Amino acid sequence: MTTHSITVTVNGESVRRAVQARLHLIDFLRGDLGLMGSHVACEHGVCGACTVRVDGAIVRGCLVLAASLDGASVETIEGVSDRGEIRDLQDAFIARNAAQCGFCTPGMLMCAADLLGSNAQPTRAEIREHISGNYCRCTGYQAIVDAIETTALKRVSSDAGGAKP
Amino acid sequence: MSAIIDPAALDRPNSYIGKSVPRPNLPKLVEGRGQYVDDVVLPRMVHVAFVRCPHAHALIKRIDAKDALAVPGVLRVFTGQDLAVVCDPWVAVLVHLAGMKSAPQYPLPLVRATWHGEAVVAVVADTRALAEDGVSRVLVDYDPLPAVADMETALAPGTPLIHPELGDNLCFQRINESGDVAAAFKAAHKIVEATFHTGRHTGVTLEPRSILADYNKGSGKLVVHHSTQAPHMMQGVFAKQLRMAEGDVRVICVDVGGSFGIKVHVYPDEVATVAIAKLMGRPVKFIADRLESFGSDIHARDHRIHGKMAVDAEGRITAIDIDDLTGIGPYSVYPRTSAIEGNQVINLVGGPYDFANYRAKTTVVLQNKTPTCQYRAVGHPIAVTVTEGLVDLAAEALGMDPITFRLKNLMRDDSYPRTSPAGMKFEGLSHIKSLGRLMDMIDYPALRAEQDAARAKGIYRGIGFAAFIELTNPSPFMYGIGGARISAQDGCSVRIDPDGSVVAATGVTEQGQGTEGIIRQIVAEAVGVAVGAVRVITGDTQNTPYGGGTWACRGAGIGGEAALQAGLATRAAALEVASAMLQAHADTLDIVDGNIVDRATAIIRMPLSELTRIVYFRGDTLPPGLPRELMQTRHFITKEYPFAFTNGIQACWLEVDVETGLIKLLKHWVVEDCGRIINPLLVDEQVRGGVVQGIGGALYEHCAYSPEGQLLVGSMADYLVPMAAEMPDIEVGHIETPTRESLLGAKGAGEAGTAGAPAAIMNAINDALRPLDAQVLAQPFSPERILQALGKVPMRG
Ligand code: FES
Ligand code: FES
Repeated sequence: MTTHSITVTVNGESVRRAVQARLHLIDFLRGDLGLMGSHVACEHGVCGACTVRVDGAIVRGCLVLAASLDGASVETIEGVSDRGEIRDLQDAFIARNAAQCGFCTPGMLMCAADLLGSNAQPTRAEIREHISGNYCRCTGYQAIVDAIETTALKRVSSDAGGAKP
Repeated sequence: MSAIIDPAALDRPNSYIGKSVPRPNLPKLVEGRGQYVDDVVLPRMVHVAFVRCPHAHALIKRIDAKDALAVPGVLRVFTGQDLAVVCDPWVAVLVHLAGMKSAPQYPLPLVRATWHGEAVVAVVADTRALAEDGVSRVLVDYDPLPAVADMETALAPGTPLIHPELGDNLCFQRINESGDVAAAFKAAHKIVEATFHTGRHTGVTLEPRSILADYNKGSGKLVVHHSTQAPHMMQGVFAKQLRMAEGDVRVICVDVGGSFGIKVHVYPDEVATVAIAKLMGRPVKFIADRLESFGSDIHARDHRIHGKMAVDAEGRITAIDIDDLTGIGPYSVYPRTSAIEGNQVINLVGGPYDFANYRAKTTVVLQNKTPTCQYRAVGHPIAVTVTEGLVDLAAEALGMDPITFRLKNLMRDDSYPRTSPAGMKFEGLSHIKSLGRLMDMIDYPALRAEQDAARAKGIYRGIGFAAFIELTNPSPFMYGIGGARISAQDGCSVRIDPDGSVVAATGVTEQGQGTEGIIRQIVAEAVGVAVGAVRVITGDTQNTPYGGGTWACRGAGIGGEAALQAGLATRAAALEVASAMLQAHADTLDIVDGNIVDRATAIIRMPLSELTRIVYFRGDTLPPGLPRELMQTRHFITKEYPFAFTNGIQACWLEVDVETGLIKLLKHWVVEDCGRIINPLLVDEQVRGGVVQGIGGALYEHCAYSPEGQLLVGSMADYLVPMAAEMPDIEVGHIETPTRESLLGAKGAGEAGTAGAPAAIMNAINDALRPLDAQVLAQPFSPERILQALGKVPMRG
């Protein structure tokens, strides 16, 4: 089987690996790099549990081939957490119990962060629409929508109050 | 009642019971730093994948693994015969279900495969991908046999027998009759009748079934990392099937990515994984992929029910008669069995109502489809659909409003304790209060007015109701008396460590519902420390008291009471030491916020950490005979009532697009009485999650089969689960009728949402369609079925 040598920036660190042509990004992250925060639930691109960022855009890790990522920058829930980028969103998920088993949560958070990055004040319907490709079997979604909505409102009000450094 | 759980005392320090305290598990889970089974990697670990039968029923004539073994990285191939050498088969029957029968089941079949998706051959390789390469190169020579696909004809003469040695395809049948049903129907003012289908569903836990078995040939010990609801039960199962001592088996489950009843059963492929680990003497991992999940996770709810209800001229229910049929696949599932669902239907039909004459029959048949077993709310959604469907038909036949009819027939709140015609004992329920609370929440007259206004514009909206009871806190009457080693009791050990922090080890398990959160709250309050000072240990047979784990909504009611009692005992033990140290009577002291205080004045006498310093490091300074038992264990089991029933009512408001058959859910309400609420936030989210799972079954989810028994769902794109955009906001209200069986007073809350939602939706759809003279009674209520009911598309043959 053909292998490809790739150099990828993962959560800010450069990694170089030889990967098989058929290896998916999610298996590369979990299997080769031990980053277990992104999950596998369908491997068909349906459920969103494997959502990670490639060059700033969210993708399904089970659909992207690792070999195609030479030179790319990948960010996972671990990296986003370490940078504190979505601390407020994570706190809102905790306070609202928007995660039960937590299996969908990393993908859900990556997807929610993506929404808030492009739409600072989404309506509940827009939130529901945006996370529609991320399945959650536990919560029934309402708590997740609430947590995302609360975070958006807080961000807007702290921006308006000039509270940001 | 003790002040410890007096809600009026909520503002005492450390009074956490009844408060929305966030869960301790979440900080790690929101950072992706949990530990699910697939996250565990062990040295020399290998992966197993399975060749699965492509036929509904086939003879396994020959297995040729030569090409598979030639794949670099493929290590071993195992057949049913290979595993039978180290692993005994099991038969899933319960002796209290009289006459029940099933056949021995092996981890991999020896002679015949009996459903599409059954694991037939195991391939072990360095990686999962290589194991799959191996799987694709195993040649199995099958001789397809006629399949039993349709449950309606499973018992008909001429239908092939799945297990000839059983004599027929009947697994179980039970008939229950009380009162004089024939006379009641004869004297009836009106009789309504209908046939309901509840459809085959499956749980679709987002984390698939996962297991990692590690057998050490030197020590003879087996450690199994397992995504399971019942680690102690699985410990016993693995030991028994693999002929090991129970003490040599340890089952660990750290984080579980959803279970919903799916992960409380014994799966042949998982037992095979453990058997292979024992044979190979190295860690073996099996993570089901989604395709194999659909064909091998248990299915559920495949029932057809004829129901009949008699009412008198005043609009009172006088009799109910049901005939239930369910197809459960080729084997009853071990050890809970696949007859319990049908049995539950019989036990629960008519549950909320005051009526005397009841006849019910359930017939449980074998067929060549994926085995079915207990899935969230076992039998409840079926019983509630039949009952509430008949209730609405009866109200309509009488020209009575569905709420008026329910108010007339629901059991009065002051009529307990009482026993239902199905023989269920009720300690105390609140149907009338719950209905009243629901009316406060929904503004019924306004909804009816809106419905009329919409109809005038050609928009069809409907409101549907579903009253329900839910069985929680089960006693050994559910499984134990039938001979299954399934524990109905549970235990908790609470200890105070040298730094004054508290550890609680409990036999109930965490699946995301918040078990660790509520145990932490209960123990913190019982001992008298901040919640942050309590660590909870679950999911490890080596470190927790023996218990049943999570099923039938027992975590809060059973596990919570054990934790409360253990916490109170630990507090008393600490105060005994404090009393000696401070030369004060124990009754005059208390523990508040981690300090020993004077009970009357709340003045701090010393921190708990000072007491523990003395106990653990300077025990010489205490009176020699003084007990210093800062670890206490308590167990709890229900006493008088075999089950603690909860109750409630749901309402659904929706719109049917009569052109496309699409349903738009506008709003959903639930009133639930689960007794004492330990954490309102968690209870509400259990209810909401449960409702959405019920909505899934009602509208989208279906394990569809071809007439030949081929499963037609292969991915999450075929089997639709609820997505965020289609789900409504759900309003949840509560009534609290604590059980007197325990000090805590808690009953279960995890299944009520799922129990009632499908019936509320069905009734709402039929309410919307009433002016068009159409109705649907078969789930899922898909656009196609709606349009068929409206006569807009033909019925499929
Ligand atoms: S695992 Fe990638 S979308 Fe489901
Ligand atoms: S929290 Fe379990 S799948 Fe979302």
